[in-house]
Amino acid sequence: MKTLKIEELSKNFGSTEVLRKINLEIDEGNFLVLLGPSGCGKSTLLNIIAGLETINEGNVHIDDYNVSKVEPKDRNIAMVFQSYALYPSMNVRENMIFGLKQAKVSKEKIEEQLEKVSKFLQVDALLERKPSQLSGGQRQRVAIGRALVREPRIFLFDEPLSNLDAKLRVEMRREIKKLHQQLKTTVVYVTHDQTEAMSLGTNIAIMNHGVIQQNDTPENIYNKPSNTFVADFIGSPSMNLIKGNLKESSNKVSFVTRGSNIEIPINGYDFKEKSNLDSREVFFGIRPEHIFFKKSNEEDFEINLRADLSEYIGHEQIMTFNFENQEVLAKFPSTVKIDLSKNTKLFFDLTQISLFDAKTEERI
Amino acid sequence: MQDKIHSSYKQLEQKSKYTNMFLRWFLYFVLVVFAFYFIFPLYVMVVTSLKTMEEIRQGTLLTWPSGLNFDSWLVAWGGRGYGAGDTFLKPYFWNSIKMVVPAVFFSTFIGAMAGYVLTKWRFKGDKWVFLFLLFGCFIPYQAILLPMARTLGVLGISNSVIGLVLVHTVYGIPFTTLFFRNFYVSIPSELVKAARIDGAGFFKIFFKILLPVSTPIIVVTIIWQFTQIWNDFLFGSTFSFGEAAPIQVALNNMVLSSTSVKEYNVDMASAIIAGIPTLIVYVLAGKYFIRGLTSGAVKG
Repeated sequence: MKTLKIEELSKNFGSTEVLRKINLEIDEGNFLVLLGPSGCGKSTLLNIIAGLETINEGNVHIDDYNVSKVEPKDRNIAMVFQSYALYPSMNVRENMIFGLKQAKVSKEKIEEQLEKVSKFLQVDALLERKPSQLSGGQRQRVAIGRALVREPRIFLFDEPLSNLDAKLRVEMRREIKKLHQQLKTTVVYVTHDQTEAMSLGTNIAIMNHGVIQQNDTPENIYNKPSNTFVADFIGSPSMNLIKGNLKESSNKVSFVTRGSNIEIPINGYDFKEKSNLDSREVFFGIRPEHIFFKKSNEEDFEINLRADLSEYIGHEQIMTFNFENQEVLAKFPSTVKIDLSKNTKLFFDLTQISLFDAKTEERI
Repeated sequence: MQDKIHSSYKQLEQKSKYTNMFLRWFLYFVLVVFAFYFIFPLYVMVVTSLKTMEEIRQGTLLTWPSGLNFDSWLVAWGGRGYGAGDTFLKPYFWNSIKMVVPAVFFSTFIGAMAGYVLTKWRFKGDKWVFLFLLFGCFIPYQAILLPMARTLGVLGISNSVIGLVLVHTVYGIPFTTLFFRNFYVSIPSELVKAARIDGAGFFKIFFKILLPVSTPIIVVTIIWQFTQIWNDFLFGSTFSFGEAAPIQVALNNMVLSSTSVKEYNVDMASAIIAGIPTLIVYVLAGKYFIRGLTSGAVKG
């Protein structure tokens, strides 16, 4: 039984297609992050799961029960919003029990729940305050508390941390992670912040233009991006995508760029399909953090590139190199001294590369 | 060299100081003149209303009254006590109250509801509905007098306070809707979403969540509607006469119908009485008025 199952879901606003044939499944207790740039449809998808938006095609199942036409309050979900959406005229207590009161839960049960949750989230001292008298972090806690008291099957989070300042955001992120570890409730979490997505999710679904590009574990998203969009979206700076061709001779594959004699051997790469490789146009993908200034293992590919630009950011520096007139970025500790406009010896970690077809932009 | 530059700076400083001082005094002067200009008619009204006819004939407009003589106020409010032809404000004042209270209440309430629906329960074509409602703000009221008279006649409420309540409610709705819509646009829709998940319905969300935070805009709307309806003369004089007339119409009749001597002191007292309720509303709620007018701009 899947806690949440979405089948062939499509949604348009007028003539604009927002979601296209979305399929998604979450197992009990998992933490799914919907990640994507703004306007990719991730918030719409969350609203549809909540029942706040109607569906044009497809179905939403919660615990194998088709809820596509069920009211939000009857879906056994709770949602935390970006603006917290605390009711301004009610104090914290009233905010937290509003839902239970609507559901006609008995007074004793309401008090019991309120006490349990407010202690758990350490807001029990704030119960009589109005939302306007709370700090950003406290508001967020109360908003989470309002969701918790309902004991939902699924928690929905809509960019809950993006209104907080950088420091508080990291703190609250850890608290949400702890919360999930303790409660083990299924979560769907929308964000555009890849660090949040990576650190929180047991699964990440990356979306663009209303389509799920890849739905996978954070490790696979990072190490084996399924297309150039995912490769480019995840990582900071993003993955270097060097355009060139594959060359296959006597069962040995290598990567070459036009008009150069550099030939990078592709030996250990796990091709999806090992056919038609010769002279295929591809992107050679390597992350900046997988380029080293000294040899890290035997397989490393040694290459001399000219350093063009250096960006110092404290604990590390981002160097831009010239690879046959294509920019290649590398991340080094800031203690390493590299001269600009000179050739530098670099090492590509070939166990960490990705290859994408230049036309379809899919991983090969 | 250094000293020279320094001293020339000093000179410039001195010069700009004098310019600033002159401009400041000029500004005060202009403000005082305008203040007099605005307060002058009110001064004349109050002073005249406190004089006897004798004093008015002998003195000038500006002459200070000999004492606090409220006789003309009593006459304006309660009349002289002789039968026919004695027009005074008291019954018409209550007519106006009976007209303005329900009309303000209904138009504000309906406007709040409409603003709520237009922002939080969007539907297909809602923009058009709003646009057509806005037309109501721009229609010259003279244009609708005849059709409205016919409507009131068909409904059987012409020449009655109820008829005036209806007219003022209907023509208040475009403005009240505009106010509330613009206010509710700035309130995050996530509040409504949260309440829907919590199980609150259409009316519960309106009464429990939105209305409690609407105080500033409610005050603005009440001030606006109260002033409009209380001061209205056109609808009042067209759709009512005799005993059903509101105070502004009665004031007009009183001032114009005096046959023998023009009693300026009574006229002035009447005019002030007719204006006092709006003044009270402004004084009581004025600070909310400014706050409410600007509240849409900055999200609290």
